[in-house]
Amino acid sequence: MSGRHGIPKSRWLPAYVGLYLLFLYFPILLLPIFSFNNASTTTFPLAGFTTKWYVSLWGNSAMLEAARNSLIVGISVAILSTVLGICAARALTRYRFRGKKPATGLIMAPLFLPEIIVAVSLLMVLLQLGLELSLVTVILGQVIFCLPYAMSVLISGFDGFDRSLEEASLDLGETAIGTFRRVTLPVVAPAIVSSLLVSFTVSLDEFILAFFLSGTEPTLPVYIWGQLRFAAKLPGVLALGSLMLLISILLLTLSEIIRRRAEHRLRAQGAQHA
Amino acid sequence: MLDKPMIAIDGVNKFYGIYKALDNVSLDIAAGEFFSLLGPSGCGKTTLLRSIAGFDTPTEGDIRIDGQSVIGVPPNRRPTNMVFQNYAIFPHLDVEENVAYGLKRLKLDAADERRRVTAALEQVRLGHLGKRRAHELSGGQRQRVALARALVMRPKVLLLDEPLSALDKKLREEMQVELRTLQRAVGITFILVTHDQYEALALSDRIAVMFGGRIAQVATPKEIYQRPNTRQVADFLGGMNFMKARVTNETATRISVETPRFGGVTVDKPLGFVARNGAATIGIRPERLRVLWDDARSDFEVAGKVVDRHYFGEITHLIVDIPGLEQPLSVSETNNFGADDIPVGDTVRLAYDPDALVAVAD
Repeated sequence: MSGRHGIPKSRWLPAYVGLYLLFLYFPILLLPIFSFNNASTTTFPLAGFTTKWYVSLWGNSAMLEAARNSLIVGISVAILSTVLGICAARALTRYRFRGKKPATGLIMAPLFLPEIIVAVSLLMVLLQLGLELSLVTVILGQVIFCLPYAMSVLISGFDGFDRSLEEASLDLGETAIGTFRRVTLPVVAPAIVSSLLVSFTVSLDEFILAFFLSGTEPTLPVYIWGQLRFAAKLPGVLALGSLMLLISILLLTLSEIIRRRAEHRLRAQGAQHA
Repeated sequence: MLDKPMIAIDGVNKFYGIYKALDNVSLDIAAGEFFSLLGPSGCGKTTLLRSIAGFDTPTEGDIRIDGQSVIGVPPNRRPTNMVFQNYAIFPHLDVEENVAYGLKRLKLDAADERRRVTAALEQVRLGHLGKRRAHELSGGQRQRVALARALVMRPKVLLLDEPLSALDKKLREEMQVELRTLQRAVGITFILVTHDQYEALALSDRIAVMFGGRIAQVATPKEIYQRPNTRQVADFLGGMNFMKARVTNETATRISVETPRFGGVTVDKPLGFVARNGAATIGIRPERLRVLWDDARSDFEVAGKVVDRHYFGEITHLIVDIPGLEQPLSVSETNNFGADDIPVGDTVRLAYDPDALVAVAD
């Protein structure tokens, strides 16, 4: 028996794939399992089902404070990265200019830079400037890291945007402002929403920069790190971690659905160029 | 020059830096005319169309639509509508919403708007697809949406930028017939930009052939095909055989020449003709040469040897070397009589009509 491209199918292939996926996801699966376990240690056998760890989160004012901080940072970072990303992505997809390739490379580079080095350098600069560490410094630091994510989503969204759509709108009697409202915005809106969701998610999970730059106002990942010193707090951390995992997966799935739908629509439009 | 043209283009120049995209273009287009701008890519035809639409502004010169100068008037205030090369169908709207897009600005009452949208869709035979989105339509259907969306605005002039170039051959031919029928039905002035000479010949009342930002010739399809002004125009609109001939007499409108093998003829003098060293270029279309079979005779014939043969299904191109001509003649012969079986190397006799010989400016 042979596969589609003539490569012989192996009986071992499914087993390999199974192991592969287990390695990737088993540790993460343990998190929600133990978060419902009626014991304060993370060992098998399980001691019974409980939701008390989740309930206890609600009474935890330090955790709620950290969640509020994360929300403030996440929303600010999402908006800032997306606004900056829109400007850059529009320039990169619409115009030709000198230094376009290096500029793209430099904007995307933070994706591959060692985050801890950037965090340390930022910290040095901020201290030199005499600025106090606060949520604002976390936001500034995280924007650097979220911008590449926002950019890649936005570029793929704007790439399919055909300038003749705006011309067609003008041609049909619409004004420049009306064209922006009735054509430009609706067509690129999915990419923008997708970019907001992605940058928010990245910010929500980001630890290193938040750890270095947050001062006395921890975000959720920093709070979790602080709690890990106390064995008794572990189940609560697991419950919190499970919630964050769920939110991240939901947001990323949503953003991917929106992005794909928009891309499909634009691709059908762009296909006429061929 | 026309008495009351719908479009009057007057001494238009367009520079991009030092590149001259339009070079002193003047042109009148009558109301209700189907007019084509024909030329190779980069000849300025699209720039001229976009200048009429308002997307490009001439560096110099004037454009008047129905007597009104439109220089400085933005596209949304011009009485023109455009069908874009890629159709530019709004992807976030369905077919009906696309067609109603421009009407929304007019603030018609709902029933009136509805009626006009339905009528426009019926006109392009898309009444049943009103709720579809752009990505659910075929190329030909998108083309029709773009047409309906423009026509529903009742423009004075409809501009079409290579509207059929994205379609495959069969569909393109169908849409050509439909475009012509549609234009006759609505009576609006159509200006079509195309690089396809057959499209221009089949659709237009008149054609302007453009090269390098200049208009080379403006005439009816038949005139432009049969009496091309210049060698370039002749070459662009199908093939032509050229030969050098000696000028024996020249008046204001006619020239007499002595050709190497086609005898002495007197032909119309093309615009801008200048005899060089007493020589003129004379041309004849390949299909105006006919193979003489067996004992058939003609008052006007030349003979030569077949050096090559190209089969095209309904016709065959024979390449015939005539002694005394610099270049072998290309002959287009229908395959009814067996032109596809004439062996390479055979001698053939060719009949021609002296009226088919034309002088072209170099």
